[in-house]
Amino acid sequence: MNLFNDLEKYSSNTAIVTESSDQISYLDLLDAADSIGNHIKKRCLVFFVCNNCFESVAGYIGFLRAGSALALIQDTTDNTFIANLIEVYKPEYIYLPAKKSELQINCTIVHTFGDYTLLKTDHNVVYTLHENLALLLTTSGSTGSPKFVRQSYKNINSNAEAIAQYLGITSNDRPISTMPMSYTFMLSIINSHLLKGASIILTNVTLMERHFWRAIKENNATTFGGVPYIFEMLKKLRFEKVNLPSLKYITQAGGKLSMELSAEFADICVGKGIEFYVMYGQTEATARISYLPCEYAQTKVGSVGIPIPGGKMWLEDSEGNQIDSAGVAGELVYQGDNVTLGYAEDYLDLAKGDENNGLLRTGDIAKYDDDGFFTIVGRAKRFLKMYGNRINLDEIEQLVTEEGYDCACSGEDNELVIYLTQSKEIENIKSYISRKMKIHPSGIDVIYISKIPRNESGKILYSELA
Amino acid sequence: MLGEILKNKQKYDQVFIESFSIDESKLGDNLEYSTIPEWDSVGHMGLIAELEEAFDIEMEMDDIIDFSSYKKGFELVAKYGVEF
Repeated sequence: MNLFNDLEKYSSNTAIVTESSDQISYLDLLDAADSIGNHIKKRCLVFFVCNNCFESVAGYIGFLRAGSALALIQDTTDNTFIANLIEVYKPEYIYLPAKKSELQINCTIVHTFGDYTLLKTDHNVVYTLHENLALLLTTSGSTGSPKFVRQSYKNINSNAEAIAQYLGITSNDRPISTMPMSYTFMLSIINSHLLKGASIILTNVTLMERHFWRAIKENNATTFGGVPYIFEMLKKLRFEKVNLPSLKYITQAGGKLSMELSAEFADICVGKGIEFYVMYGQTEATARISYLPCEYAQTKVGSVGIPIPGGKMWLEDSEGNQIDSAGVAGELVYQGDNVTLGYAEDYLDLAKGDENNGLLRTGDIAKYDDDGFFTIVGRAKRFLKMYGNRINLDEIEQLVTEEGYDCACSGEDNELVIYLTQSKEIENIKSYISRKMKIHPSGIDVIYISKIPRNESGKILYSELA
Repeated sequence: MLGEILKNKQKYDQVFIESFSIDESKLGDNLEYSTIPEWDSVGHMGLIAELEEAFDIEMEMDDIIDFSSYKKGFELVAKYGVEF
């Protein structure tokens, strides 16, 4: 099974709008894609250093149409780390932009396309790629780890179909990129829109730059997606005052949006006649697991909604028994065709088949309400035992955040550590959390930190906290 | 008057130094959006929030997205009645 094999049917539709506003039709995109993909003579692994540009998307489609497996790597990834990944996975080809030309690897130039070059590596290790393996994606939480999630053709196709179905995507849609395409969230936007013959507006600039707003207006973007920090930016930019008549719907995923921002955007969007979808997912489930239908955005604030079409969700208690009453917290378990094959840690793992059999233990703790709508209440692994009581680090972070301070919580049992960016508030926060959570103050250490380390999607990098 | 202007310049510089955790020597006409890793979109959001707080102003979207350099910022912040 291959992906993107019937995009010809969209022929003269615009597939891509570039940063310089060039419109590229599906036929021209496929021409370019196949001119790159045809250089790959047999099924093999291609390392694909991506960037939100035409050459990049053309390569992505071309390699997949040619039946290759692709590892997606963001172009801002450090060269030493890429070199290490190449050593560990031994790809046969590398497709990369000019800005990565200083990458030190032994290889031969096979083809150049615009800003991109296709290189053939010189290793001679022969290994097997499982027939269903399509993509290798890094998990958003991991930095510096060579671990990839293995996604199959079926995973990608079923998730893109489900997303297109619940969002009602049509060929008239024009999503604009807000994140790198190596992010599962962005990739799912690209995949689901290509599937429906829509036009993707590609840019590498962020919401904090004028070009983004010019591109959204001039190209009549109908939608964009955002991780929580993008919504913080939209708030800072006073999105409620921005007039964008072409915008039909916006989606949120990639982490939990605060209740406050969620409620605020639900209201703003209703006021503007824009649909607002809060969604939930993991790279381990290709991208999406659940979504909150937009008509509930205001009444079910904080909920991640219901499973995507074709998926099933339930909760299990710590003994693995299914929870059958509303309001009881348990681990969220998901079943669907988008549950990925498993992980890979080196090239030998690429021969592995499906290790999950469609079942994913998300590691997230959730509850559901009387209407069957799920709400994530924490991370299973983000718990500490404080003097015999289980406490949720995310909940403490939320409490502090609600007081108006940026923080990150970690620590060990009986040693809760709160990293705070406001040195003057250390004592106040300590007594507040102690009071609120009924934890003895001697078990709480509040440490001043100038800035909470975060990755580009705004997730806290706990490993970088001292 | 001159004292106030000097103080504003110091305040402005201090916000950059603290928002990006950079040395004073990095401040200057060469300091532009995305020329240092700290000044990315997330850093920009923090910078604007800190400037707004320091000068007790509320910047318009157009000024936030035009704030492309240390130099340009003076002009934009000055629009809100801050003298440099």
